Amino acid sequence: MRPFQYDRARTLTDAVQITQGEDAMAIAGGTNLLDLMKLQVETPGKLADINRVGLGEIADTDGGGLRIGALATNTATAVHPRVRADYPVLSRAILAGATQQLRNKATTGGNLCQRTRCYYFMNIDQPCNKREPGSGCGALDGIAKLHAVLGASGECIATYPGDMAVALSALDASVEITGSDGMERTIPVRDFHCLPGDTPWRDNVLEPGEIITAVTLPAPVGGTQLYRKVRERSSYAFALVSVAAIVEMQDGVFTRADLSFGGLAHKPWHDPRIAQALVGNAPSAQLFDRAADILLEEAQGHGENDFKIPLARRTLHAVLEQASENAA
Amino acid sequence: MSVHFKQDEPDTSNRLDDMKQGVIGAPLPRVEGMAKVTGTAPYAAEYPVENCAEGVLVTSTITRGEVTRIDKDSVLSMPGVIAVIDDERLITRPAQGTANEAPQQKPKSVSYWGQPIALVVAETFEQARDAAKHLKVEYREDEGAPLSPDAVEPEEQEGETVHQGDLAHAMAQAAHSVDVTFTTKGHSSAAMEPHAAIAQWDGECLTVHASLQMLNYNITELADAVGLAESKVRLISRFVGGGFGSKLGISEDVVSASLAAMQLGRPVRVVLSRQQVLQCIMRRSETTQRFRLAADENGRLTGFGHEALVSNLPGESFAEPVLQSSHFLYAGQNRELMLKLARIHRMTAGSVRAPGEAVGMPALEGAMDVLARKIGIDPVELRLRNIPEDNPEEGLPFSSHKLAECLRQGAEAFGWDPGPRKPRHTREGEWWVGTGMASAARVHNVGEARARVTLKADGTALVETDMTDIGTGTYTILAQIAGEMLGLDPDKVLVELGDTRHPRGSGSGGSWGAASTGSAVYVACTALREELARRAGIAEDELDLSNGRTQTGQTLTDLLGGKDMAREGHYEPGDIAADFTASGFGAFFAQVRVNRFTGETRVDRMLGAFGFGRVLNHKTARSQCIGGITWSIGAALTEALEFDPRDGHLVNCDLAEYHVPVNRDVPDLEVLMVEERDPAASPIQAKGIGELGMCGGAAAIGNAIFDASGARIFDYPMTPDRVLATMPVD
Repeated sequence: MRPFQYDRARTLTDAVQITQGEDAMAIAGGTNLLDLMKLQVETPGKLADINRVGLGEIADTDGGGLRIGALATNTATAVHPRVRADYPVLSRAILAGATQQLRNKATTGGNLCQRTRCYYFMNIDQPCNKREPGSGCGALDGIAKLHAVLGASGECIATYPGDMAVALSALDASVEITGSDGMERTIPVRDFHCLPGDTPWRDNVLEPGEIITAVTLPAPVGGTQLYRKVRERSSYAFALVSVAAIVEMQDGVFTRADLSFGGLAHKPWHDPRIAQALVGNAPSAQLFDRAADILLEEAQGHGENDFKIPLARRTLHAVLEQASENAA
Repeated sequence: MSVHFKQDEPDTSNRLDDMKQGVIGAPLPRVEGMAKVTGTAPYAAEYPVENCAEGVLVTSTITRGEVTRIDKDSVLSMPGVIAVIDDERLITRPAQGTANEAPQQKPKSVSYWGQPIALVVAETFEQARDAAKHLKVEYREDEGAPLSPDAVEPEEQEGETVHQGDLAHAMAQAAHSVDVTFTTKGHSSAAMEPHAAIAQWDGECLTVHASLQMLNYNITELADAVGLAESKVRLISRFVGGGFGSKLGISEDVVSASLAAMQLGRPVRVVLSRQQVLQCIMRRSETTQRFRLAADENGRLTGFGHEALVSNLPGESFAEPVLQSSHFLYAGQNRELMLKLARIHRMTAGSVRAPGEAVGMPALEGAMDVLARKIGIDPVELRLRNIPEDNPEEGLPFSSHKLAECLRQGAEAFGWDPGPRKPRHTREGEWWVGTGMASAARVHNVGEARARVTLKADGTALVETDMTDIGTGTYTILAQIAGEMLGLDPDKVLVELGDTRHPRGSGSGGSWGAASTGSAVYVACTALREELARRAGIAEDELDLSNGRTQTGQTLTDLLGGKDMAREGHYEPGDIAADFTASGFGAFFAQVRVNRFTGETRVDRMLGAFGFGRVLNHKTARSQCIGGITWSIGAALTEALEFDPRDGHLVNCDLAEYHVPVNRDVPDLEVLMVEERDPAASPIQAKGIGELGMCGGAAAIGNAIFDASGARIFDYPMTPDRVLATMPVD
């Protein structure tokens, strides 16, 4: 760990000011950042502790939705009565992630900013374009079991590891951001994370000095809400593939099918064409295959992670079968 | 006064059974349990030592070559940095179990990625860690180091080779035969407490708090490494947060802390990071194992072939002994066994819980399941039909043999369905449900051990030995043995372990600690009883002691007459090892479910039935079995070391990515202990327990996966990708 300056922000304005410098970072739960600092994957010169700036509230919005403060813990969000009643996919996704101890500390904003678990990113004695631009991608010809099959680039095949954001993507939630000039902006979760392209060091659209203040959920959509996470062990493991699904049926056909996927890409993966293909049709194995064809149209494995392609197809089948049974 | 006992003959007197205190076998809770769960039991790095400097190891970023320059100035001006230690005596690998000499030294010669090459010492841990990352090192790299076992011509381990009869002919003539090849991936011990040491040097003597399993060997290894007489070295390991083989030998933290303390003249602490523990201590070798099994029409084996390929670094003597129980477990007069070792430049391979059988048995028992299916008989019955009368290679008699009882009692307790049945017989929603079984076997080991038992004038007892308790319950069972022999409640017996100032015990490893050091305590207590009997005027074999009194009412304190009485017991395994084949045996039964969509496997329930000599404490023994079965679940489903194909470094080097089972993966486990009195095992009739629970268990799960889903997988661990690739289409 390198020496760093620690400042405790009292207000959001404080926090924004402190984190403006190039080597400044905000710290909340620290469940990811502290590990990365110990490994010197992250070496901030300045940390702004934002835990006391008062962003922990979970409150109803005027439009009937829910606003989850950036500092609300994963545990608080997962057990919140309105989340459980109206957005069960979110509760389920959060509870599928990490461990109880980690969820008690992890926050909404921090979780969105969680960095990849790529082995080569985590080891500073190995090449990684994300950590050290231009050094190469260690995973590309290395051990790539965890890695992306969608939207990867020759520069980086890392995945976004989180679960919560996959559910937020299916729910079409928005991220509220406050910037250095006090300007606020709101962007859809679906647009928050970036694909690696030729800027793999960029995980998301946050600019220096920008801080996530909240995530807002639209008015409840009802339906059957599932989160399915496939993994080798049944807890404390990142997804091989995960699916967040919000499905409604009427008269035997899908009327809603909002699906997002984890474990496949550098971001929670959402493809609106899948819903278009499903809605208006009756569930069938053929239909599920068509949805999987769309999802996996451009999927590309890297040897060790080739299995994710059939696994994603099969998991999509499992989720749609279960959801259509529940919804019918 | 020292009393020596060497076991050359079977002992059927079972003396412990004659004792009157009635605490042997009792399910007493661990005496140190409360201290551990309340955080008051100090582990190696936790001793408060004044003026202690902190050291962090610097590790190699090349695979093979030479360190040509270490630029100490690159860090010496950093805040708090005291020194860079690049002493030629630094060790680059841990010592193998019972090595009794320093392992590979000369840190400038690099033979694997992640090898320690220097130690940076600073005032604080954070300063040392930062400086270690900044130290400028120049290398001359040798290209082309072989990294994969199939990249080199392996060496035959000749002592393991058996050619008996004509296996090829037996295979050709067999009514039923299988010829299958299994693979297993590398494993890590992944003990919770990382390797750590605090070294103190007073100018003459070196004292080290460390986390080690076998102080009796470790003291020699450390003395050899740093060039001191053993009499000038003291090692202390009172509590060890798990070892599982990874702490058998002296490790890099211990020697580097010692050399730094000697050079700097102040205490130095070195704690390995989790990544370092995984990358520069021990791996269990990956294995490739071919089985040829030939059987007659009744399922009796006529031929048995087991050929295995394992790997290790050049210069290491250890070759994962996967054939160990294959030599005697099943009949078959025509036999071919061979072990080959590939010299490659991955980190050191060495002992990880149950070296040999941990991966040999799951593969063998998978092959036996294939054979049972082929013949169409109950896999339990196949095993029962192939239990040999005597060791099928050496002809030696078994000292005792509980496989048949374990198979039968285990099957009954589990509710085993003997079939016949086809895979995919039961589906519950998305899940295929099935059951599987496997035999367990693990050779019985004992080692020389000494312990001093002192009857205190106040009627309490003190047991002293440098034996360790690595979480197994040694403190407790030694108190039970002494208590039983001397007629004392175990509360009145204080056990002091883990300090080389005490007599040399056996150390903990190879499941031999309880039988070996327990026997030393027994020998000491027998000598004490003889003196007590003489004083009481009763023949020793008629002396009954309980609750501090003889049967005639004389108290121990009276007999002691205000003076302590001490005896040192010295137990030595004798010639008996040459007269018998001694092993623990058992059977595993598992019910699993396999998801028809995702290939995920979850264990519903599992039972292990074990015959492993006298049970000294039913609670700690059961805990050992549960731990072993939990390791079986990991070996079957999740645990795999992954090595980079270009530089050989271990990539999944933390507990988030090396997947040991979590609570949710482990259902209620049932343990059935089949008591036995093995007359050749040890004077206390105890055998090894700690390892048997994972010697075959993974096959019960693998075989259940086949029964459930129809996926016959020949590669452990059976992760969802492998299940999906093998499972028949719905």
